[in-house]
Amino acid sequence: MTTTTPASKVPTEPPVRRRIPKLSINLRQYGIVAALAVIVILFQFLTDGRLLLPGNVNNLIQQNAYVLILAIGMVIVIIAGHIDLSVGSVVAMVGAVAAISMNEWGLPWWGAVIVSLLVGALVGAWQGYWVAFVGIPAFIVTLAGMLIFRGLTLVLLTGGTISGLPAEFTAIGAGWLPSYLGELGGRDLLTLALGILTAVALIVFQLRTRATLSRLDLPREPAASMWTKNGIAAVAIVWFAWLLSDYSGTPIILIVLAALILIYNFVLNRTVFGRHVYAMGGNLFAAVMSGVKTKWVNFYIFVNMGVLAGLAGVVSTARAGGAVASAGQNYELDAIAAVFIGGAAVQGGVGTVVGAVVGGLVMGVLNMGLSILSVDAAWQMTIKGLVLLLAVAFDVFNKRRAGGR
Amino acid sequence: MEHSIILRMNNIEKDFNGVKALDGVSLEVTRGQVHGICGENGAGKSTLMKVLSGVYPAGSFGGSIEFEDHEVAYKTINDSEHDGIVIIHQELALSPYLSIAENIFLGNENATRGVIDWNKTNREAALLLARVGLAENPATKILELGVGKQQLVEIAKALSKRVKLLILDEPTAALNDEDSTHLLGLIDHLRGQGITCIIISHKLKEIKRIADTVTVIRDGKTIETIDMAGPDATEAHIIRAMVGRDLNNLFPPREPAVGKEVLRVENWTVHHPVDVARKVVDGASFTVNAGEIVGFAGLMGAGRTELAMSLFGHSYGTNISGQVYKDGTEIHMRTVGEAIQHGFAYATEDRKRYGLNLIGDITVNVSAAALAKLAKYGVIDKHREYKVADSYRQKMNIKAPSVASVTGKLSGGNQQKVVLSKWIFSGPDVLILDEPTRGIDVGAKYEIYGIINELAAQGKAVIVISSELPELIGICDRIYAISEGKLTGEVAKADASQETLMHYMTAGKD
Repeated sequence: MTTTTPASKVPTEPPVRRRIPKLSINLRQYGIVAALAVIVILFQFLTDGRLLLPGNVNNLIQQNAYVLILAIGMVIVIIAGHIDLSVGSVVAMVGAVAAISMNEWGLPWWGAVIVSLLVGALVGAWQGYWVAFVGIPAFIVTLAGMLIFRGLTLVLLTGGTISGLPAEFTAIGAGWLPSYLGELGGRDLLTLALGILTAVALIVFQLRTRATLSRLDLPREPAASMWTKNGIAAVAIVWFAWLLSDYSGTPIILIVLAALILIYNFVLNRTVFGRHVYAMGGNLFAAVMSGVKTKWVNFYIFVNMGVLAGLAGVVSTARAGGAVASAGQNYELDAIAAVFIGGAAVQGGVGTVVGAVVGGLVMGVLNMGLSILSVDAAWQMTIKGLVLLLAVAFDVFNKRRAGGR
Repeated sequence: MEHSIILRMNNIEKDFNGVKALDGVSLEVTRGQVHGICGENGAGKSTLMKVLSGVYPAGSFGGSIEFEDHEVAYKTINDSEHDGIVIIHQELALSPYLSIAENIFLGNENATRGVIDWNKTNREAALLLARVGLAENPATKILELGVGKQQLVEIAKALSKRVKLLILDEPTAALNDEDSTHLLGLIDHLRGQGITCIIISHKLKEIKRIADTVTVIRDGKTIETIDMAGPDATEAHIIRAMVGRDLNNLFPPREPAVGKEVLRVENWTVHHPVDVARKVVDGASFTVNAGEIVGFAGLMGAGRTELAMSLFGHSYGTNISGQVYKDGTEIHMRTVGEAIQHGFAYATEDRKRYGLNLIGDITVNVSAAALAKLAKYGVIDKHREYKVADSYRQKMNIKAPSVASVTGKLSGGNQQKVVLSKWIFSGPDVLILDEPTRGIDVGAKYEIYGIINELAAQGKAVIVISSELPELIGICDRIYAISEGKLTGEVAKADASQETLMHYMTAGKD
């Protein structure tokens, strides 16, 4: 072969058209929000408007807070390609520890919360050690954990249930913010104010992000789509506050949940830790070869799950008003179902906090709607199982169509 | 033998969501011949074969197919296999934990009422293995075989299906020279037995050696059919047809400006992670200077990749010993993180397995090895990350609509550019590029060489590991040969020839 021609014969393809790409709309993410809306409307109709009575909306939050908290931890575990089957048992054990710490050791309510979170962190560190540093699959480690911590709960609660917990403690799961601003026409003004403030904050935040993107000449969502989306969200928030204000006001747990969603959404989207979680789920080997300290990331993922399971233990014990050995049964399954309904992939690498929370709400609304309709518990379980299967099947079909394979 | 046409594909058209992948391709294959198909990545070769084998069912594409003088309309792969058309894909599809015999008859078991006759299975498997020249026990598990032998098992499997037309998609892409030679010999042998063969390959030397006829496809169209006994049967002619322009210069020109020593490795010894007594790398010592491109030539299994990976933060091997000096000071790299901090980068030979997060977009892949540069207190500046990724997309000419494109959907050449972007962004002083052009078409290869040259021009020390000797000779200033874990020779560019290198690469072997 001759090698004399100058470099002008370099094979170059015609340049790709330079354009600022539009952010593609994440159908799966909106799909699940749309599905939630459809289910709410369907049950609102089927229950003759009883689903969205203020009391029921309030219960929806307080009854499902534990699933939502667990789902936030679980979605991180699942994105990284693991699973945690032990969280239900951890909830029960932490509940027992919390109750004992207050009723037997005389700790104040906040002391009990700190002890609970520490116990959760210890449990997480224990499981994280086996998964990350010994290399035992999380399925096995947490299956063992499910038995171990349920067993320890029974040991701790040999005297049966512990009830009669301090009112400050039970308020975490079953109480409301005091009516600082008073009432108007029987409605709690603080709740209304919080609702309006949140809606305004959402719009302002979106506009500021947009301005930044525009200043830096980065791609951004079409204005129409942005306004529709956030407009609907803002109206929904205010309406939600309107309903809650007619009952007992803002559940304390709602504030906790909102903070968790904001924090974890930030952690997954904006931090190096979050990016490493996605990278490991997407391709573990590539993550290792890019210098990600995969063992430590795995360890912290489980410590975090443990802390959140501890918090869920506090919340569910507070709501129940006491610790029982059978607490938290099947909670792990509820949380895992919420994460998958919310669009996470079984192989890992895909999933969002918002998706997991919406997935949890889908299950919660189903539960509540079916209960109002007095559907038998056996059938409720069957229907929930089918919904989980259909949600994931929908995802699989969608991917197949999009992938063209 | 009578030369009749066994296969006619007329005016095949196929589009994906409005994008034409095949735009009127026609192909005629003569019975008993080896028919080569050449074309750049994305030209439509694999799509054409999927149309033929029924992966894309009849009706989902335009045009007609005649096999053995009958018009056929395959709905599934089973339909085409029933007629004796068997395709062997680039990524082998064998089950690692099953034996050779089990794999050969998988889906086609010698069974009566669901009960397998193992004696018959193993006996027939042994006969098939003899036909493909593979001296292995049929009971051996697939995972114990190398890629070359697995390829032969695939062919044995095809033979068990009474194949008339065997399609091989890049059969030698993952093979070393020895295994490639054996495979080509086998194809030649099968031709003697009257089996028609279609072979898709990037390696024009092989095509030239084995094919009777070559069809070149470009942009979904048939460009030319070349009789390999005729006057047009030159590599230059085929390349011109493939890229649609002259490509006289396979390697971009470069003025080496070699500076002072950057990397010195002494007595590097690495043991196998499982078979701990075995030395995979044995007392290797070498140096790389600033602005220099140094090649490592070795046959598959010689220890090239193992040497590179063990250097790069001990990511391979156990009982690693030896010294590494960078800019004259001894350094220790026990983790990949430490290696990156010391200014090392390693672009893997297996980009799908070790290089990319295939479900992630270009942005997250480009930033993956140097997130710390984009983050403050652990929080990523996503705006800057986007700008960085987009600047690499333009600079490296990554063909994708935007940096939000998922890397799994890019072509091999573009994926490789993403991997290189990732490591260039990490700001290394020493770049180790392992098979940087594997599975990449001619045009993209040239671009990659250009990138490598530019890195050297910036004063970085570049190590290139490659199985393709012409490539090493074309781009490197100096080449080390490695054989059985030992460095057996060092050749300057001026003295480098394939014969000299091959001599060193096979040193110590009988």
